[in-house]
Amino acid sequence: MGSEFVMFSLTPMLIGVLASVACALPGNFLILRRQALIGDAISHVVLPGIVVAFLLTGVVAAIPMLLGAAGAAVVAVVLIEAIKRLGRIEPGAAMGVTFTTLFAGGVLLLEQSDTSSVHLDVEHALMGNLESLVWLRATDWSSLLDPWALAGVPEELPRIAVVCVGVILLTLVFWRWLKISTFDEGFAQALGLPVGVIGMGLVITAAVAAVAAFDAVGSIIVIAMFICPPAAARLMTNGLERQVWWSVLFAVLSAVLGYVLAGYGPLWLGGDNAVSAAGMIATVSGMILALACAFGPHRSRVGARAEA
Amino acid sequence: MTPLIEALFLQAGYNAALVAVGAALLGFAAGAAGTFLFLRKRALVSDAVAHATLPGVGLAFIAMVWLGGDGRNLLGLLAGSAVTAGIGLLAVEWVTRRTRLSEDAAIGAVLSVFFGLGIVVLTVIQTMSSGRQAGLESFLLGSTAGMLFQDAIVIAVGGSLAVLATWVMRRPMTLVAFDAEYAAANGVNVPGIDRLMMALVMAVTVIGLKIVGLILIVAMLIIPPVTARFWTERSQSLIWYAGGIGGVSGYLGAALSASAPDLPTGPIIVLVAAVLFLLSLFLAPARGVAAAVFRHRRFQRKVHRRQGLLALARQEPIHDELTLRVLRSEGLIRADGVATETGRAQAAKIARDERRWDVAREIHQDTGLTGRYDGLTPIEEIFAPDEIAEFDRRIGGPRAIGEGL
Repeated sequence: MGSEFVMFSLTPMLIGVLASVACALPGNFLILRRQALIGDAISHVVLPGIVVAFLLTGVVAAIPMLLGAAGAAVVAVVLIEAIKRLGRIEPGAAMGVTFTTLFAGGVLLLEQSDTSSVHLDVEHALMGNLESLVWLRATDWSSLLDPWALAGVPEELPRIAVVCVGVILLTLVFWRWLKISTFDEGFAQALGLPVGVIGMGLVITAAVAAVAAFDAVGSIIVIAMFICPPAAARLMTNGLERQVWWSVLFAVLSAVLGYVLAGYGPLWLGGDNAVSAAGMIATVSGMILALACAFGPHRSRVGARAEA
Repeated sequence: MTPLIEALFLQAGYNAALVAVGAALLGFAAGAAGTFLFLRKRALVSDAVAHATLPGVGLAFIAMVWLGGDGRNLLGLLAGSAVTAGIGLLAVEWVTRRTRLSEDAAIGAVLSVFFGLGIVVLTVIQTMSSGRQAGLESFLLGSTAGMLFQDAIVIAVGGSLAVLATWVMRRPMTLVAFDAEYAAANGVNVPGIDRLMMALVMAVTVIGLKIVGLILIVAMLIIPPVTARFWTERSQSLIWYAGGIGGVSGYLGAALSASAPDLPTGPIIVLVAAVLFLLSLFLAPARGVAAAVFRHRRFQRKVHRRQGLLALARQEPIHDELTLRVLRSEGLIRADGVATETGRAQAAKIARDERRWDVAREIHQDTGLTGRYDGLTPIEEIFAPDEIAEFDRRIGGPRAIGEGL
């Protein structure tokens, strides 16, 4: 069990956990700011960004793809804002127009270009390939101390780890600013805080987290993790600090439980093939949210009649 | 270009023609149904509905295989997708009503979770012996290549029914979309109509799965109404504009995609709609960007002309470049900045207009009249000649420029 687990399950599980946490943290603030669907929009426009990066460089390499995807996310946010202002269109519709168009453009580019030689397709972008991120050089737990084995961990792991730590640090450093500007923008402005910059910074942080996570786990987990753990956490408590802790807990729980259920669940049920881990992680996060909706101590609106 | 023309005139084969007609009908129904969503400001609910179809497609396939059927029967798959789409829709409503989460959080949660579940079901199907060639992935982005004749019929009939339903229900739905509270006061069952709108959106989504795919069908519901909004201010005509734009996008997109390889139908239809949107955004007569820029420039010119003439009347030097340019181009001043004969006449007229307004505002307490003073409107447009004569009596006779005002 030990060696097999380290080799095949430890790294995907870690990557899943780190990606989930990296997305759930900014998700807390996006939900409170009623920008929950920004995550949805970003994860759609990542595809054209990656395709353009591939067409420009001709290789499937991590850094250009991350840059392309982040660039596409920023372009999308700017476009949404422009359509909203120029056309006087409500935000939801402006977002819908933008991300579907960019996504359609990405699919068309992908179909038109010769990507048969490389591993780049729409389904991969949606579902990720968490299961394939195995650590082949590991033999058992002692490999964690073996430099040769450690050099062979899938490259997605250090990348998502760096992004996750970065998101955590940003959240800690800008905690007060984020908190004040999220709850009372007018007050934040009166204090002289750069409200616009904070808002844009939050969206860009979310985009970077989405792009890094997307690379490893596909866009379903990204959208699910932006929304489900923070939303469930919101129903558990009224304090922002506690909400963030709950959301991290839910994110980790979804990732671990989802991965285990996807890998071993079918075996317990008598099947012999694992199901999609990304899909299962999203499903588990949805279950957690459903439970929170049904039983969360702070589920109803303030002032609403308590439900029997 | 010939294949495109053939496809446009429905000459590119029977199936291609059916697909083009089906796409046009679908586009029309989607545009019209999407208008209600757009006016209700619930455009993105359709995204949750669309993504929630995926587990239904998968489960329907499994169920049909278990029952010994083909599993790829389009009607069965669409029925399954409608069931989970409906559950997803109810979930969005349940979460929004019962908890303090906002609707956008509910939408995001439902779409990601149902989509994730759908992917799980698809991986289960891939491991089934009959599942390898199921081709259910084609529902993600739509695929009309190799579509069966009976599938095209299903889409064409479904599209026609959706158009018909929109037409039958257009009045109550317009009323609710335009002003829900007024509708409720008139005895219209608003929640019922809302549910009906959603049912229509769901029907369009399900019919569109095969052509446009579940990720992009939301574009067919959102882009046409947003585009149509640039062309009309009336909610009645908005529906038909949106339907028309959707229909044209569907038809053109399907024809384009049939004319060459590697042009996936769904994305092409969406991109055609997006091009129409961009054209409207910039070129629409009243609400377009070009029209707004033009209006702004004309207003700017009027202000500079008037202020320039007032400066001439007061014999003040003019330094502003734009003012000088405007006055010169109308022949009101010479190149060296000295007023021409016309310029002096116009300046005297404007100065008098200004003076009359001053008096008018002293006499009239009625802000309904004097409130119209914006420094641009000639006083003759607001007050009657006898009133103006009264103002003139108070000012005294006309004076030549230079004698003071």
